[in-house]
Amino acid sequence: MRHILLGLLLLPVLAFASEAEITVKAPVDLGDQASLQRGARTFVNYCLNCHSANYMRYNRLQDIGLSEKQIKDNLLFATEKVGDTMQVAIDPIDAKKWFGATPPDLSVEVRARGADWLYAYLRGFYKDDTRPTGWNNTVYDKVAMPHVLYELQGVQVLNHETHALELVKPGKLSPTEYDEMVGDLTNFMAFMAEPAKQSRQIIGIFVLLFLGVMLVLAKKIKAEYWKDIK
Amino acid sequence: MADKKVTTASSGLAGVVDWVDARFPLTSNIKNHLTEYYAPKNFNFWYFFGSLALLVLVMQIVTGIFLTMHYKPDAQQAFASVEYIMRDVFGGNIIRYMHSTGASMFFVVVYLHMFRGLIYGSYRTPRELIWLFGVGIFLVLMGEAFFGYLLPWGQMSYWGAQVIVNLFSTIPFIGPDLSEWLRGDYLVSDATLNRFFAFHVIALPLVLLGLVAVHLIALHEVGSNNPDGVEIKNHKDKKTGIPLDGIPFHPYYTVKDLVGVVVFLMVFAAIAFFAPEMGGYFLEANNFVPADPLKTPAHIAPVWYFTPYYSILRAVPPIGISQFPGVAAMGLSVVVFAFLPWLDKSPVKSIRYRGTLYKGWLTAFVVSFIILGYLGTLPADTWGQFGAWLGKADRATVVARICTVIYFLFFILMPWYTKRDKTKPVPERVAH
Repeated sequence: MRHILLGLLLLPVLAFASEAEITVKAPVDLGDQASLQRGARTFVNYCLNCHSANYMRYNRLQDIGLSEKQIKDNLLFATEKVGDTMQVAIDPIDAKKWFGATPPDLSVEVRARGADWLYAYLRGFYKDDTRPTGWNNTVYDKVAMPHVLYELQGVQVLNHETHALELVKPGKLSPTEYDEMVGDLTNFMAFMAEPAKQSRQIIGIFVLLFLGVMLVLAKKIKAEYWKDIK
Repeated sequence: MADKKVTTASSGLAGVVDWVDARFPLTSNIKNHLTEYYAPKNFNFWYFFGSLALLVLVMQIVTGIFLTMHYKPDAQQAFASVEYIMRDVFGGNIIRYMHSTGASMFFVVVYLHMFRGLIYGSYRTPRELIWLFGVGIFLVLMGEAFFGYLLPWGQMSYWGAQVIVNLFSTIPFIGPDLSEWLRGDYLVSDATLNRFFAFHVIALPLVLLGLVAVHLIALHEVGSNNPDGVEIKNHKDKKTGIPLDGIPFHPYYTVKDLVGVVVFLMVFAAIAFFAPEMGGYFLEANNFVPADPLKTPAHIAPVWYFTPYYSILRAVPPIGISQFPGVAAMGLSVVVFAFLPWLDKSPVKSIRYRGTLYKGWLTAFVVSFIILGYLGTLPADTWGQFGAWLGKADRATVVARICTVIYFLFFILMPWYTKRDKTKPVPERVAH
């Protein structure tokens, strides 16, 4: 009986272990403003051509240390205002025709998929001639999205025996540089998924400290009143 | 001197109270429900959760009011308006997380409150009506949680609602029409969102408040039970008529509950500020994808507090092509709590004086409930299949079936095992 119970207690651990396909860990560090700024630049230059981030306002980038002027000069196109959200010009109907699926809005993508998934995805493109775009992905089989960053990463192929990716044609960046770049991008997208996360946690510390003081006082009051109850 | 007495009695705060008391039973209500409501002096840890449930109810109402100011119950705008609250509304992310954390914590608190009732026999005579009102509160709370879960309009919101409403379509004869009537459309749509919003923000909260009121009125009429399960009203002070083992609720239990409240708020704040998703159990990852009627998620699971019942639903095999038996079993698994006062035939109330038979069944019930809850979060084939000797049945389904049987046997066999159980003698007055 005891063994059965012990087994039942362990089951959740085992069940989660079998689900873990993503073995890489995304380098998410919301305190690293330089990384977040590099990620923002990559996001605006590459992702924001097809993917919108409709819930993210440009001026929110002040939270990662950019000034309003820097945002205007470097990240906005001529017609946009700094208070606008990150819209995209692509027509969703055209996009569906071209890719077979409308590129999803990326505002909260990290919350839906997880940062580790996204990091693995951005590094997981490989050449596959059976696909309409010529690209496939190790973590998202038969993905509709082509490898937008292939110029930078180069061309990978999947070794079907070892299930490992091999770089057959180097890109503009070395593998380490590419990993750093998509790492920054993932970090930025983690920030974008919940820009208020850090400020919330700071408030949380003060709330807990306040409650800690309250607890001491509440216990003293309780002890004072209850001392005559035996 | 006489003059002064008259003036003090009719001036200042006392004067205001006198004025009100002549027109409204203010002082008498404060006495009846707080300062002269005598509660047993031996309440323990388990007795915090009633007042905590009230606290969470108030928090949900207050945060809900502020969310309603910014939320748009419109299929085109709902998802975006939640993100707007999370990003652009001042303090919106904290209010939203308090509300979403509050939903789960409401069930944590209510489950513990119900468990207290189970172990100390709080549903027994003369508290049957308190228990029935409580079961009503539990049912309405489930409805409240279900309607509220559609509002963020994410994939899980949408498909969860689709699955639950479709449960009604399994009812013979009237089912399909009934579920269409509930949705207000052929599938979950804008019309469904609008009516669920109405139910969530006004209809069910009104019912809930009414039920909480009668729950408390009934409680204060008969008095609280206690961990010993003895009636403190049987031994009153001859002169004052106050129960010997009773102490005024205020100030004794208000200051004691204050400690419970602060500890609870610390747990609550730790979740709301640092882990609002609770690893995907309080806020599911898939619900950050906007609802898409054309894309069914591979795995649809309800939020954790519904998963024991969802497991029972999946565990009961269909008859022919009808899934109704599972739906009926799920409904029964919730409603069956209402029959407890009449199923329990034990001469004692509290688990302290019960025998091993009852303790064994209660343990089996709690373990089954937790296993069912855990399995409900996972796909039915999560543990793979048995070999040919068991017809290659899903292992998880077989376990869920065993747990479902134990769950119901706990209730069905209760008259038998509580009567046969070897109980210990109950003290006349509260022991500890």
